[in-house]
Amino acid sequence: MNNALKTFTNGILKENPTFVLVLGMCPTLATTTSAVNGMAMGLATLFVLICSNVVISLLKNLIPDKVRIPAFIVVIATFVTIVQLVMQAYLPGIYDVLGLFIPLIVVNCIVLGRAEAFAAKNSVGLSALDGLGMGLGFTLALTILGALREFLGSGSIFGWNVYSDHYASLIFVLAPGAFICLAYLMAIFNKLQKK
Amino acid sequence: MAHFITAPAPHTHSGDSVRRNMLLVILALLPAYVVSVIEFGWGALITAAISICACVATEWLISRYLLKEKRQTIGDLSAVLTGLLLAFNLPSSLDWWIVLIGAVVAIGVGKMTFGGLGQNPFNPALVGRVFLLISFPAQMTTWPVPQGFATKYIDAETGATPLYYLKHIVDAGDGSVINQLPDLMNAFLGVMGGSLGEVCALALIIGGLFLICTGVITWHIPVSIIATVALFAACTGWAGMLPEGLDTCHYVAYELLTGGLMLGAFFMATDYVTSPMTAWGKIIFGIGIGVIVMVIRTWGNYPEGMSFAILIMNACVPLLNKIRPTRFGEKKK
Repeated sequence: MNNALKTFTNGILKENPTFVLVLGMCPTLATTTSAVNGMAMGLATLFVLICSNVVISLLKNLIPDKVRIPAFIVVIATFVTIVQLVMQAYLPGIYDVLGLFIPLIVVNCIVLGRAEAFAAKNSVGLSALDGLGMGLGFTLALTILGALREFLGSGSIFGWNVYSDHYASLIFVLAPGAFICLAYLMAIFNKLQKK
Repeated sequence: MAHFITAPAPHTHSGDSVRRNMLLVILALLPAYVVSVIEFGWGALITAAISICACVATEWLISRYLLKEKRQTIGDLSAVLTGLLLAFNLPSSLDWWIVLIGAVVAIGVGKMTFGGLGQNPFNPALVGRVFLLISFPAQMTTWPVPQGFATKYIDAETGATPLYYLKHIVDAGDGSVINQLPDLMNAFLGVMGGSLGEVCALALIIGGLFLICTGVITWHIPVSIIATVALFAACTGWAGMLPEGLDTCHYVAYELLTGGLMLGAFFMATDYVTSPMTAWGKIIFGIGIGVIVMVIRTWGNYPEGMSFAILIMNACVPLLNKIRPTRFGEKKK
């Protein structure tokens, strides 16, 4: 039980994919223009992570070692297609904003990294927990980053207006602001982790 | 280095210090600042005062409460200089809270994040300026027309800078706005729209020469920047890109005298921390800035690219510092 808890919290704190492993930087920087966008991207990745980890863990003895990467990619791509179609049907607004970054979850380092490093070696239950932990860690990081950028860049959080956007700095909605915010969040996270 | 004589200890100290160098640079900036105050009136005074106070306060607060340093560094005047240079790069009619944000970003993000003076890879004042330019594009490109203390600070009339017209003339090939350019004497003396401290080329050149004579900066960076820009502009003229009514000589003069070129070449690019150490490194650094600024001015989205050019070349400084001088005692090949 202790082991399960450790696997779960590992992804959120000790090996947080964004702040510690620094994986999946492309969606992290590109989609976090607002808290909602960041959270949607995180949740989409969370779903793909759990499902692909479970399926790959089930298939780990059947997949020959030499072709494991293409096999993993096929599994991951299946779930990404599901996410993409569901979002297109029920969340067209967010789907339009996230655009290309939804299909690009297929090549997200976190998903493939967890399949290779964890799901291919561990039991189904642990793999699901690992996917959940990693996915939550990623979602949390993207939501915080998105909220910070939205607050500084357009004066609102989750679409609620906090102060007039006349006073907001446009740079935080653009790419340089993403790098600046990510760097400071990473520094704060690592400072808190060390304590 | 050939005439360098070493002797056994005790050595004397020349009295050189960070504080002395910063003070000399501030002194060298004063002529240009006096011209700005005469031209832009209260706006120039208020903007500079806010910028300097905010820079010093930010540095003190960060090192006192965030880093908990025992020795405070605000006495070395580097924060004062950053504040003054930041103000020089802003329009004098800018709202006070934007100046405040710029100062906090310049010192907080541009300098203290990297560990304070000597550690920052980018010129802090330019970090602040570019941050504001991207964040508040409308306010940052509203230039007051120089008219001294005659009118009120907020309601001052605004107009485009000469570089805006130049870009329009060269890039779009439209000669109809040539008469909007100030005449060359006015451009030289600084009677035109622009950032607070960049308008008077004459005062900036006097300040720059003062710095070179007192040995605070060397000639390599300013000369290579100005020469590159002049050559690039001349090539543009010879290539036949200029429309009727603007000859190559005038065009070169306008490129040199307007915008932030003189301010950047003498005061911003020569910052010790963010420029290369060797003579050749400095010359390559200057050429790089000259080419980038002209590319931005001619084909880019912004009419002026001096701050971007300097920041981009700042990023190349660690690479340029791989050019090493010959070691003492080593034979030159």
